[in-house]
Amino acid sequence: MAMTITEKIFARAAGRDEVSPGEIVEARIDVAMIHDLTGPLVIHTFRETGAERVWDPERIVIVGDHQVPANSVEAALNHITLRKFASEQGIKYFYDIFEGICHQVVPEKGFALPGSLIVGADSHTTTYGALGCVSAGVGASDMASVFVTGKLWFRVPESIKIVLDGKLPERVMTKDLILKIIGDLGADGANYCAVEFAGDGLSNISVDGRLTMCNMGVEMGAKNAIIPPDELTRRYLEGRAKWSYTPVYSDPDAEYKEVHEYDISGLEPQVACPHSVDNVKPISEVGEVEVDQAFLGSCTNARMEDLRIAAEILKGRKVDKRVRLIVSPASRDVYRRALDEGLIKIFVDAGAMIEPPGCVACMGAHVGVLGPGEVCISASNRNFRGRQGSRESEVYLGSPATVAASAINGVITDPRDA
Amino acid sequence: MARAWVFGDDISTDDIIAGRYLSKFEAEHDPRWLADHVMENVDPEFASKVKEGDVIIGGKNFGCGSSREEAPIALKGAGIKAVFAESFARIFYRNSINRGLYVFVSPGVSRGFKSGDEVEVDVEKGEILNVRTGETFRAEPMPEFMLKIIRVGGLLEHLKGRK
Repeated sequence: MAMTITEKIFARAAGRDEVSPGEIVEARIDVAMIHDLTGPLVIHTFRETGAERVWDPERIVIVGDHQVPANSVEAALNHITLRKFASEQGIKYFYDIFEGICHQVVPEKGFALPGSLIVGADSHTTTYGALGCVSAGVGASDMASVFVTGKLWFRVPESIKIVLDGKLPERVMTKDLILKIIGDLGADGANYCAVEFAGDGLSNISVDGRLTMCNMGVEMGAKNAIIPPDELTRRYLEGRAKWSYTPVYSDPDAEYKEVHEYDISGLEPQVACPHSVDNVKPISEVGEVEVDQAFLGSCTNARMEDLRIAAEILKGRKVDKRVRLIVSPASRDVYRRALDEGLIKIFVDAGAMIEPPGCVACMGAHVGVLGPGEVCISASNRNFRGRQGSRESEVYLGSPATVAASAINGVITDPRDA
Repeated sequence: MARAWVFGDDISTDDIIAGRYLSKFEAEHDPRWLADHVMENVDPEFASKVKEGDVIIGGKNFGCGSSREEAPIALKGAGIKAVFAESFARIFYRNSINRGLYVFVSPGVSRGFKSGDEVEVDVEKGEILNVRTGETFRAEPMPEFMLKIIRVGGLLEHLKGRK
């Protein structure tokens, strides 16, 4: 029977020759990730089950990233909970605060491997599919049950194929592409489905760009987003991969629920307007929107490619007096490379504040919180009402290039004009 | 008297419980802390209006966004007995079952109620009656293994019970 890449990975993880969409299977988990804002509840629930040891201390990754360094006593308590648990259980891969955002650390440290099945106690766990694995977000109870058994039940998802052709124009990024797709398909357009990217256009998209695309798969409801591994994947994983791996690919005659084709060569920058991620407009139709804050960070867009394009736009220029530009590199590694390349100096000279690697302003629970009536242009992934602070604030989502150009002008600006 | 509270499409888990309230619950595990802020981003008065046994009527894609399990915990903590919606986002749906909150996919339900309508709910049958209009909505059947988890109060109790 012909299968998609996602079906093949579920079949392997379930110890089966084949599986079909709609079937419920119990699958073995290769990697389970928790962080400081959902992890303590996982640990609490794990303890309540009465279990004493996790199923495999080498297959659990713990990352402190949401409220780092701690901004409250509660946040500090949550960090202490992670530290105690990691020590008591002998968790081999515990990344305390300042290693970076979980969705950068997991790929960067070589845990996201082609053909594997990963769950994370975070919805943006879809990110890792950029490296050819099935990777899905789960809640605390499901994760606690994984910690005990190493397994979880899944409904095998139908797949939606998105075929990309061409090459993105200058200063148009995969963020613009994924926003365009989410705008077209809707916030529930891929609900319960696998989103599989395909087509010749992928060969022109870097691993950084692919991680952005898969990251936002969940914003159209996807269970997982996935990109077939290729030469770029292989090179990215060289010297990084924690374990050996076996790439899998969709059969040519595999069945898809839907197929959508995009010629990406003519794409213009896109912006998701308040208060939903699928309220997407081409930047030329957004109109004059003044901004108080510009955020270049988050698991969506704080990697080298993102920082480089923002620095190219900001070099030798100043952020508008009315705007606070907040930059947070995705990880310690990205931070150091950005320092080596002189990008951080460009940001500081332009008037930006540099925050440590972490979730920072994305989810309104750490720093960079918005007050009533304030507007932010953000390279992050969600613009829900109140997401970054006051319920009377507004968040517009755009690419790192759009964030940089808008910070200079004080209004949402097409980066091709900056 | 149980009442319906009607919300629209794409209600996110940020709407149900904002990110700023998570760390205290993660550290202290008291659902009342979440219940005091439930639905605050959509309706700041909601927490003071909702009563034990009330139900939420949602549109499509209810519970989209973040994987925070605090969302069903907050709803349950505020006394919500069940959520009937046109459709649910997948992580919220699983989390609700795992926390013992009844979630029913019920096509057409979002057009059948106004906030404040008196309702009668039969969770075993997955039915909700609007007392004002006399109309009953029936949910799509849920697999028995999911119902079993909800009936005992969630996945944790279910796992304990199997030992």
